[in-house]
Amino acid sequence: MKAGSHLEKVLEKHLFAVTGELGPPKGNDVSVVKRKAELLKGYVDAVNVTDNQTAIVRMSSIATSSFLIQMGLEPVMQMTTRDRNRIAIQSDVFGATALGIKNMLCLTGDHHTFGNQVDAKNVHDLDSIQLIDCVRTMRDQGRRLGGEEKIEGEIKLFIGAAENPFGDPFEFRAIRLGKKVAAGVNFIQTQCIYDMNRFKEWMKMVRDRGLHEKCHILAGVTPLKSGGMARYMAKNVSGIIIPDEIIDRVVKAKKPAEEGIKICIEQIQELREIEGVHGIHIMAIEWEQMVSKITEMAGLLPRPKVE
Amino acid sequence: MIKAEQKPIDEILRYLDPYNKILLSGCGACVTVCHAGGEKEVELLASGLRMARQKIGKRMEVLELTPARQCEPEFALEMSQTIEKAEAVLSIACGVGVQTLVRHFPRIPIFPGVNTTFLGETITHGVWEERCQACGNCVLEKTGGICPISRCAKQLFNGPCGGSSKGKCEIKKEADCAWQLIYDRFKALNQLYKMEEIIPAKRWGVESRDSGLRRIVREDLKV
Repeated sequence: MKAGSHLEKVLEKHLFAVTGELGPPKGNDVSVVKRKAELLKGYVDAVNVTDNQTAIVRMSSIATSSFLIQMGLEPVMQMTTRDRNRIAIQSDVFGATALGIKNMLCLTGDHHTFGNQVDAKNVHDLDSIQLIDCVRTMRDQGRRLGGEEKIEGEIKLFIGAAENPFGDPFEFRAIRLGKKVAAGVNFIQTQCIYDMNRFKEWMKMVRDRGLHEKCHILAGVTPLKSGGMARYMAKNVSGIIIPDEIIDRVVKAKKPAEEGIKICIEQIQELREIEGVHGIHIMAIEWEQMVSKITEMAGLLPRPKVE
Repeated sequence: MIKAEQKPIDEILRYLDPYNKILLSGCGACVTVCHAGGEKEVELLASGLRMARQKIGKRMEVLELTPARQCEPEFALEMSQTIEKAEAVLSIACGVGVQTLVRHFPRIPIFPGVNTTFLGETITHGVWEERCQACGNCVLEKTGGICPISRCAKQLFNGPCGGSSKGKCEIKKEADCAWQLIYDRFKALNQLYKMEEIIPAKRWGVESRDSGLRRIVREDLKV
């Protein structure tokens, strides 16, 4: 056990894991966290807490993660290298683990020009792979980056990262995962999957490199709410591919939201069958109330209790 | 070379508002190459400034000068006589040139007329692109001769982010993804294995601007 988190235990017992996602409020209103958390509690093994996603200023992922722990949910604290240099990163790792956070997702982060602070100076002192290496060094060697001095206390973190099989160059995407594994990643959550063929092709490259045995891969899904959302994402979000037949299904459906959920459930069932996929990461963005339905209809309930 | 772009004329006029006789100084080096601050631009801007001031009934005399390299002390010092005749200087050399004048002429106000933008290369006539951030420890050997520090919006060292799509960067659709270029280059060289190596965290705080003022001292060249 690296950290003894619930998520780690589920995965180490070879149980099919389910994670969800919670976007903190654009302010300090804790009731928003509570409302979203209640919608996820019991339906997922752990909840990703985003770190100022799309570079919109929100409540910090550390504080929000800490609230989730108080509410009896297990957080996966996301941390981006966009806003923190290595001093802030290591300091926040000390603080987060002291607050009881046991899972951390190492990310580069959305570029700040997408958000509401376009005048900001971005940091990028480390990239996501260097961040994984930094946290692994803190955990396994008990020392900070670039120094021999021992850390006071013990850092126990189950280290995660993201990977996007739909970014280019496609042939490099499995190599890049290999670099993350070499840097010390324990689990991966993917970008949302709609193009099943490309995902399967990527998984084959991952298996050919034996990476599925060195880290747990959680396949990412996002239910489509409407035809407009499907079209918008397909056209405007780099690194997301939505095949036309999926867009068509949602566009032509009498009840697009229901169709979106139906597609999502079919995707989960298909992903579950792929060798090397050890779990599902459900990103129901501002649609957290659907997670109970999705997990139930996909046969993912009840969630396991592990010791 | 250093690339620059002329500041908006209204901004320049605002700087020069209190003065009636100025020296407009260009530079014969980098800013001449990128058509921002050479002799030709000095001439054009000088007449633009004169006309603008004449229009508001506040005539301004504009002296013109374009030293070969404004950032070299010997060329800057050659400007002494002309500078002494002016109340202020507008320099359309890069930020380095402006500061060379400031260092040698402590009693006269000196204003920048261009924005120094980046170290870059000419892509085609009228198009320049950033290529170097003078980070202090060149990584081009590790990245196939393509610099991710200047060309990747997130300065990534270990491959493209998830936003690389069809060869382009998600931040600026007209920009090539630096890591796609690096991948293509290593593939062409049959050296893709080089992309499997993890490039460790850069020592920004020792090598780059973050270490404080950088200075090169060559004892062998001192007189």
